[in-house]
Order: sequence, then structure tokens, then C-alpha cells
Amino acid sequence: MSVIYILLTISIIVAVVFFIAFITAVKNGQFDDSYTPSVRMLFEDEIVKEQPKPSVKIKKTN
Amino acid sequence: MMEQTTCFHCGNDCNTTVITFNDKPFCCNGCKTVYEIFSENDLTCYYDLENAPGAIPSEIQGKYDFLNQNNIIEKLVEFDDGHTQVATLYIPHIHCSSCIWVLENLNKLNVNIISSQVNFGKKTVRVTYNSEKSSLKETVLLLGSIGYEPYISLDDFNTGKRNVNRSLIYKLGVAGFAFGNVMFLSFPEYFEVGEYWLEQYKHLFRWIMFAFSLPVVFYAGRDYFISAFKGLKAQLLNIDVPIALGIAVLFIRSSIEIMFDLGSGFFDSLTGLVFFLLLGKFFQHKTYNFLSFERDYKSYFPIAVTKITSEGIETPIQVYEIEKGDRLLIRNEELIPVDGILINGKARIDYSFVTGESKSVSKISGDKLFAGGKQTSGVIEMEAIKSVEQSYLTQLWSNDVFNKNKEDRFTTLTNKISKKFTIAVLSIAVLATLFWLFTDASKAINVFTAVLIIACPCAIALSAPFTFGNLLRIFGKQKFYVKNAAVLEQLAHINTIIFDKTGTITSNKKSTATYEGKELSTTEATLLKNTLRGSNHPLSRSLYDILEEHQILTLHHFEEHLGQGIEAKYGDHNMKIGSASFVGSTDTSVLNTTVHISTNNDYKGKFTFYNSYRKGLSKLFNKLKTQYDLVILSGDNNGEEANLKKLLPAKTKLIFNQKPDDKLEYIKYHQSEGANVLMIGDGLNDAGALAQSDVGIAVSENVNVFSPACDAILDASRFKQLDAFIEASKKAVRIIKWSFILSLIYNIIGLYFAVTGQLAPVVAAILMPLSSISIVVFTTIATNIIGRKLK
Repeated sequence: MSVIYILLTISIIVAVVFFIAFITAVKNGQFDDSYTPSVRMLFEDEIVKEQPKPSVKIKKTN
Repeated sequence: MMEQTTCFHCGNDCNTTVITFNDKPFCCNGCKTVYEIFSENDLTCYYDLENAPGAIPSEIQGKYDFLNQNNIIEKLVEFDDGHTQVATLYIPHIHCSSCIWVLENLNKLNVNIISSQVNFGKKTVRVTYNSEKSSLKETVLLLGSIGYEPYISLDDFNTGKRNVNRSLIYKLGVAGFAFGNVMFLSFPEYFEVGEYWLEQYKHLFRWIMFAFSLPVVFYAGRDYFISAFKGLKAQLLNIDVPIALGIAVLFIRSSIEIMFDLGSGFFDSLTGLVFFLLLGKFFQHKTYNFLSFERDYKSYFPIAVTKITSEGIETPIQVYEIEKGDRLLIRNEELIPVDGILINGKARIDYSFVTGESKSVSKISGDKLFAGGKQTSGVIEMEAIKSVEQSYLTQLWSNDVFNKNKEDRFTTLTNKISKKFTIAVLSIAVLATLFWLFTDASKAINVFTAVLIIACPCAIALSAPFTFGNLLRIFGKQKFYVKNAAVLEQLAHINTIIFDKTGTITSNKKSTATYEGKELSTTEATLLKNTLRGSNHPLSRSLYDILEEHQILTLHHFEEHLGQGIEAKYGDHNMKIGSASFVGSTDTSVLNTTVHISTNNDYKGKFTFYNSYRKGLSKLFNKLKTQYDLVILSGDNNGEEANLKKLLPAKTKLIFNQKPDDKLEYIKYHQSEGANVLMIGDGLNDAGALAQSDVGIAVSENVNVFSPACDAILDASRFKQLDAFIEASKKAVRIIKWSFILSLIYNIIGLYFAVTGQLAPVVAAILMPLSSISIVVFTTIATNIIGRKLK
């Protein structure tokens, strides 16, 4: 039954790892702005689209 | 008749001339230029994300020359290693996803910008740029050129690098982490009493729980001990006293129990209690990032102005370094930072920041200028006669009210009840202990601690934060932004309401004007309307909007004389619009704003502007008059007195010509007579009154623009609902009283277990969270019902 020592240690280590992850996240300011990232996430597409765009533009101006 | 086209860039009506570029309409060259910049750099996505998201770029020539000075740059940047600088700039125009997108793609417009990140809530952009190849000034100018001019004020200069206080989140994290783990470890002992394996390992489990509870008591719960200690020192039994007592007793009794193997302790209840309490605090601390309730004159003042040295060279100078006798150059739309004397140029000063008076005043050289006025026509030169801190406006802030903390001035409902509660709990504990001392002395200490544990007023402490916290959010959705929960409680106790006039009960946008004089012929009326079209003066714009539509003419001659008026010619008609002296009238009335008109040097008449009062004003006053004393306290002259008397209930007091200090003193006097004053104002001139009053509300046409330091900001469109907001906060106080009763019922049940000496850890572990959660549910539902009625 001394396996319980190992299990306890593992469970506490896992819990502490998540706790540290939370603290670092707060420290890095992830909880300071909860709105902008939700909008920024949706922009990815537009930025990629930009490379082929010049050709489209030339058509327009001609 | 022209069809209304709206600008592709900014969405404004293209009133005067439509500029077409790339098949798209623009209202001005500024907007067109921004579009050109974006299309050249493949950033036209900007217009796909939102419709017409832009702003007209403003004229900023020379305005940011002070950003060449290293000592100023130093104060504004967050980070500087010689190659790279990081600066956070506040940009009021940030309002939609297009803004975020374009501002985060600044590096496409200038390769020296390494990255830029927007914080939408705070309306800031954090720019990282190469300081060897570029500069802060270049970045600011770039932002200005695309319509996102940053706002740099004296406030940025003092704070510089702000530290964010995240300790509450840390504490909440610690308590939550410990709470979860302790629950796990204490679970086996709830049921399997006496089981073989459990008996063997329970000591280990208990000591781990003990370890988890240490940071909860000594870190997360620290504030409760500090607050309780401060309260006791001030001979005040605030709510934190019984809470701190509960936490301490829980911890000490649990530790002793596990040390001497008397039981499993109450670590689950202990960590749970602290976690729920912090959750309540977190909820109450809901803040509006994009609003500031602490603004003083520094947020309005520029960081630097242009000084003219004795050799006649223009150099930027920091506002704090201005000395008596310095010559300053004030450009159009710039703020006068110090009291001084006008040396040359035509000054037309808008003192609306200072006095709330909307009319701008003309000054001639030799006249005195006061700090806080905004120059509105051309460039002027002035000589400083005082330093910034000694100027007339800024002196208001040396008044004591600005240093006092408003919340210290009254006892909250929670603290009121906590006094009676603490006394009751302590006497029950003592009585129960005495009883057990005589019946079964071994149980006496057990009962004493059990009473203190179970009576820990977690639910009472949570009532107010959750009720007010939720109401804060509901009010926020209704565009009434309240600083904190204490303000809501104060709002429920108001008996006197004092209104400022200009900008508070009158609206800034629409004015009404009446015409007196000779009747204008159709040709003259058409010419008048067309002349006004070309002018950007605020009065011209208001008058233009009031007049009927006429045919559009192309004027043969148009000339604007700064600070005087406009002259226009069409065919053989010559028209002059402007001040009395410009037009050639002898009219000398100064009480109201007037615009005079003459054609072919023949005086026709004048338009007189009247304040236009907010919609629903009389209705609101009539609703309020039954319960509150109403006062109008205005910085203006009494030109509107007759008008107001017609509009408002007869018992409303009207007081005019009040200086900022007078307003403050007026409120102070009435408070000393026992009045609970709600002050409603808008300008910096009300700042003292807003600070002195029990609740100060700033009314704002646009909440993103600055409003003075206050307790709450009310969007002008919701002004007529003021009575409903006050009523709702009264109901919230009633909800809190009900939830006190609810939590007392839980306490009585718990006390039964405690007094009879049968409080098992599992009972405490169920009862405490149950009472907290039911309070949270009750208050949330009840406040939502109130909120629904608000609409």
C-alpha cells in the first residue's frame, strides 16, 4: 500500500505544476486584457491573405 | 437637393464637398489621404472588418516637437536599451476590430516599428520600435497621419511606468488551489471512519492539508487580519473582525486537533471560506478599464508647450519648467497651461473646461489669460505670470477634499450589522462555554471554538459584494458606470440632488436659435445657408444645422476672419456673418450667444442661441421632486433663469455665477446641515463639488472623452433615467438586508450544532459553502430582476 506515497507525490506535483503555470500566466499579463485577444484571434486569415493581394489591386486601378 | 453621401473612411456626412477617389466618396482630403496610405500598403482590409471605422486625421504640425527632447522621451517610454524603445500610447479613437487590426499592423507602414499590441479595454497601443532609425515622434506622427492621434497629457509624465496590482488574482489562485487539494484529501475521512488503511494514512493526509492551509492563512487571508487589526485600533467592529477571528480559530483549532490526534481538523472549511471571500472581493473589484474616475487637471494639460526664447527661437518646454516671465506660443486648439498675459495674436479662448460656460471669449493683447482655456483661433503669444501649480485652476486641487478618501466617511451597511453580529456571537460563545463548563468541562473549549467557527460571517460578507457587484455590471450595460460598490450604497441614501447647468442639464450638441430683425429674402436665406456651409466654426455649424435646406450655390467669394466672422459674395449680394462689431451693429447684449448678419452693409438682424435642455429634463425633475431637494448650481450668468423657471418644478433652487470654490463650499455647508448630496456635473469646474459631495456623477456625451474625477460616469443619453438608477440602488440595499436574514438562518442552524457540542467537520464543510452559494444565487437573481426593470 506504500504506493499511496508515490500517488500522493505525483498528484501534488501535477497540481503544483498547474499552479505555477497559472502564476506565470498572471505574471505575464494574460489576465490584464481579456478582450483584445478574442478579436485578434480572428485576424490571422487577413494577414495571410495579404501576400497575393497586390495583383488584385493592379486590376482595380487599371 | 443633394443626396447625403457618407465618407468611406470616417462615416461622416459629406456636407460640403465630396471627394471621389478610387470610386469611393470621402468627406475631406484628410480621410482620402488615410485611405491612400492604407491602399498603398495593402491595408485596405481595414475597411472590410467594419464599415467606415476611421477618424479624420487632425492637424498636428509642430504639436509634437517636444518629443525630440530626451528628458521627455525618457518619461514616456517604458523600456529603452539604446536600440529599441517600448512606449504605451493612449488612443481615444480605438473603438472597433478594424482599429485593433490596423494598429497591430503598424510595421507594414513603417519598417522600423517592430511590433505593436493593442489593449482594447484600456484603449492603448504598446509600440516597440527601433530607436536608432526611428523615434517616438515619428511613431506618434505616423499614428496621427492615419487618424489615430495618441493623447499625451501631463498625467503620463508623472506616472510613467505603471505597476499593475495583481495581488488579488494571486491570492485567489492560491486559495483556490489549496481549497481543491484539501477537499480531495479530507474526503476519505468524511465517511470511512475507522477503516484499516485510512487509519494508517490519515496522519499523512492531515499534515499535507496543514501544509496547504499555511499559504491560505498567511498569504491569501492576510488582508482580513490587517483590516481587522486596523478596525480594532480605530475602535470599530468591522466585518473583517469576526472573519479574522473565524479564520484564526479555524486554523489554531485544526492544528491542535491534528497535533494531538483529536480529529481531522477543519482545513476544508478554512480554505473554502477564504476562497469564497476572495471570490466576493474579486467580483466587487470589477472595474471599467477604459474609464478613469481619478482624473484631475493633469489629464487635460499638455506635457510641453512651445517657448519663445529671448533670441526669438521656438523651443519646446516642459510644462513644469515654465517660469514666470517666459514667453509661450499657443497654437490653435492648444490648451493654455499657466496663467498669463496675452502679448499678441487674436485670442478666442474656450474656457468650458474651467467654467463649464460653453461660450468662448475674445481677448486682446494685454488681457489676462487663465490656465485651462483652449485657444480656438490661430496662434497667440503669451507671457507666463505664474507657474503651473500656482495657476487659478490648478489651485483648486490643493483643497483638502482631493486628499480624503470618500469611503472612510461613512459606515457601510455590512459594517453596521457586523458590530451587532460580533457582539451577539461572542456572547453566545461565552454563554455556551459557561454552560458546558458546569455540565461537561471537557467539551467547553470545543464548544467555544465551534461557535466562533460556524458563526464566521462568510455569507454576510458576501451579500454586499455580490449584490452591488452585479448591479455595477447591470448599470454598466445601461451606460451608467459606477466606480465601486460603496458608491451604490451611498446613492441609496441621497436626499439632495445638485445639478450643474451647462453641459449637464443642457446638451452640447444641439442648440436652438431664434431670429430677431428684418426678414430675410429667399436669396439672402440661400446665401446665408451656403456661406455657413463653408465654415467650420462651431456656431456656424450649429446654425447651419438649424436652418432650412436651400439650393446649393457656388460662392464667388468666401473669406473667414478668425475670431470675427465670415464674408461671402454671390452675384451682387455681399453677406457678413459674425460678431456685432464685425457686421457693424451696435448691439451690446452679452448675456446670450448671438450671431449677427448684414447684406451689402445693411444690418439685418441676429440669431440668438439658447441652451437646449436634455430630453426628458422636466419629467425627470418632476419625478425627483417628491423625494429630493433639487438645486441648480451654475457657473453661468442668469441669462437662462426665466427659461429654467418655466421648465422646472417651482421648488427647484436656482443659483448662478458660482465659481468652482463656491460650489464646493455650498455643498460642504449643506452637508454640515445633514444633507446627503448627489452632485451631477460635467466640467473641471465641478471637480471640487464632485469630490466634496457624497456621490459625484459626471455626465458625459462621450464616455471615452475625459470627465473630471468622480464616483460615477453617466452617459448623457441615459440622463433621463437618473431616477431609475437611484431607485435601483435603494432596492439593492433592500436585497442585502434580505440576504442578511437568510445568512442568519444558516448561522442559527450551525449554532445549534456548535452549542450542543456536535459540530463535525463534515457539517461545517457542508454548511459554510452552502450558505455562501445560496447567498450568491439569491443576490444574483434578485439584482437581475431589478436590472430587467431598468430597461
